[in-house]
Amino acid sequence: MPSAQVQPATAPEVRELTFAQAVREALAEEMRRDPRVFIIGEDVAEAGHPFKVLTGLVEEFGRDRVIDTPISEAGFTGIAVGAAMTGMRPVVDIMFGDFITLAMDQIVNQAAKVHYMSGGKLRVPMVVRTTLGATRRSAAQHSQSLHAWLCHVPGLKVALPSTPYDAKGLLKAAIRDDNPVIVFEDKMTYQLKGPVPADDYVIPLGVADVKRAGRDVTIVATSSMVHVALAAAELLAGEGIEAEVVDPRTTVPLDVETLVASARKTGRVIVVDEGYEKYGVTGELAAVIAEGAFYDLDAPVRRLGAMHVPVPFSPVLEDLTVPTAERVAAVARELCGTR
Amino acid sequence: MTRATEISPRDELADVRPEQWRALYRQMLTIRRFEEQVNELYTSARMPGLAHLYIGEEAVAVGVCAALRRDDYITSTHRGHGHCLAKGASVDRMFAELLGKAAGYCRGKGGSMHIADPEVGNLGANAIVGGSAGIAAGAALSARMRGTDQVAVCFFGEGALGQGLLYEAMNMASLWRLPVVYVCENNLYNEYTPASETTAGSMTARPEAFGIPCTEVDGQDVRAVLRAARAAVARARAGEGPSFLLCHTYRYRGHHVGDVNRAYRTREEEQWWMTERDPLTLLARWMTAHGIADAALLAQLDAKVREEIARGLAFALDAPYPDASEVDQHVYA
Ligand SMILES: Cc1ncc(C[n+]2csc(CCOP(=O)(O)OP(=O)(O)O)c2C)c(N)n1
Repeated sequence: MPSAQVQPATAPEVRELTFAQAVREALAEEMRRDPRVFIIGEDVAEAGHPFKVLTGLVEEFGRDRVIDTPISEAGFTGIAVGAAMTGMRPVVDIMFGDFITLAMDQIVNQAAKVHYMSGGKLRVPMVVRTTLGATRRSAAQHSQSLHAWLCHVPGLKVALPSTPYDAKGLLKAAIRDDNPVIVFEDKMTYQLKGPVPADDYVIPLGVADVKRAGRDVTIVATSSMVHVALAAAELLAGEGIEAEVVDPRTTVPLDVETLVASARKTGRVIVVDEGYEKYGVTGELAAVIAEGAFYDLDAPVRRLGAMHVPVPFSPVLEDLTVPTAERVAAVARELCGTR
Repeated sequence: MTRATEISPRDELADVRPEQWRALYRQMLTIRRFEEQVNELYTSARMPGLAHLYIGEEAVAVGVCAALRRDDYITSTHRGHGHCLAKGASVDRMFAELLGKAAGYCRGKGGSMHIADPEVGNLGANAIVGGSAGIAAGAALSARMRGTDQVAVCFFGEGALGQGLLYEAMNMASLWRLPVVYVCENNLYNEYTPASETTAGSMTARPEAFGIPCTEVDGQDVRAVLRAARAAVARARAGEGPSFLLCHTYRYRGHHVGDVNRAYRTREEEQWWMTERDPLTLLARWMTAHGIADAALLAQLDAKVREEIARGLAFALDAPYPDASEVDQHVYA
């Protein structure tokens, strides 16, 4: 698990939590710490969110701080922007990442612009939590990974946690940040377990994490693709190829330095992200790595993202659209074959 | 729906003193002279970008903002100069913002359509039609959560009635009894298209469908606007929820400063509003009839306002542009 995990003198209590429990714990702790923090969205109160991420929060904090809304993504996101501008710190829940399209004006034209347009006078300390990720057989309107859209807009920060540890630490940092931060959680990782310290910690936005060290090839992977990359690294290890897996953790801000350092070390890079490959996050990651490490690279940076098709329903077809460990390993072998 | 009825001037707003009526007149005059100057700046190519003039609609902004406290909120529109001035902005920094100068309210980064001044509760003009409906409701929600009795006013044109966000926000504001006052400025045109061609059914039936009381107001009569706004603000402050004011008004000028042909409406129509329904003339006439002002005083006010405008403009023209290093500041807080 995360190598950035600090080891204080007296070891803190570390439990195994699911990703969903880690998110819930982050929210509960931040709501206890700061009365300005509140949750707003559809089915967030008694229902506890379709993925049960928020179970128990309304019981502790009440309906005034865990606010159930009508089905109005633009409306409640806009309400959060106004609340953030006037002294609150809302956490907006957009049930599925696909529905962020409905709130796009409020995020892109309002939240992202207010600080700049006001010459720095107004702030929007708001978090939008939503999902990404296919392979739940949910078909084209419930399976997209649209985070690249938001990375494209100055004024927004974008976090892509891959582990329970990162999910908690990044969400706490996002809530404490004075900017609009969009946190994408992969639906497929909610039940994933991992060690999470019980004490208060935050993971600063903009610090990548080397999830596995290696010397032969770097796999830069985001969100659940980190697990795909780690599985690929296992496959490769059996063949004598040591892959380094680097997780940027946030795409905005992006820890270019860590990415470039790993690329210089291994000389070969694959970038893996579940957004559409064309014009997507992989393009940007590949470009910054190429710019920063061109003369140390032994081969062009390779990209793997989702196929440029609406996500199909049929399991047989759906599985073809997202990068898999086998495909990542195959590209790694090709790259290392150029040795 | 209630219709603001004529009541005798003696009882009317008995606690509004003569100097307050004169102050309202002066505010309306300031907006008018400010914008005449903006038009002049634009036509003489000294002002960059666009400006959407509010001339003709002054009574709405002034009447509504007179019902507010300094710490109450407003959200405004692309046609926002009047709202900003009425909520407490000063002409010098307004001009500076319009000219893109560092001394402007937003350091020249917002311009005509994005003036914000949180010190007086102005959460910003907004270039997205209907775009601030969520923000206003959010400010109202926040006021309640923070335990204050602040009220948020959401100004918008009747064109925003076509935007879904407004209805999402009104639904929640009514469900949660948020302290919002919706002020719809029906100036008859959405840009170059008559409202009759864009808005089906009844305008007032919309808020009423959400259980929000709607009052139709003569938007050219600042006294009527003030009376209706006070009632709506009092209701919001008392925790009774949102209200909707449908203010009938008219913009004398084009959609923006460059819209000079205005083929979508007749000169006769414009003339009628300007001569029969001018908010400044109506208030001046009423004040004169009730001994609150006379011709000499009105002339004196006009001279003072012109002087303030001239001083503000000189300040803004002399003010420096932002330093180039500012271009990537304030992207993130
Ligand atoms: C979402 C959106 N669509 C289109 C426009 C372009 N536009 C600017 S003002 C305007 C008309 C607005 O009419 P109304 O709301 O009645 O306000 P008025 O200009 O009459 O004050 C339009 C279509 C815009 N700014 N925002």
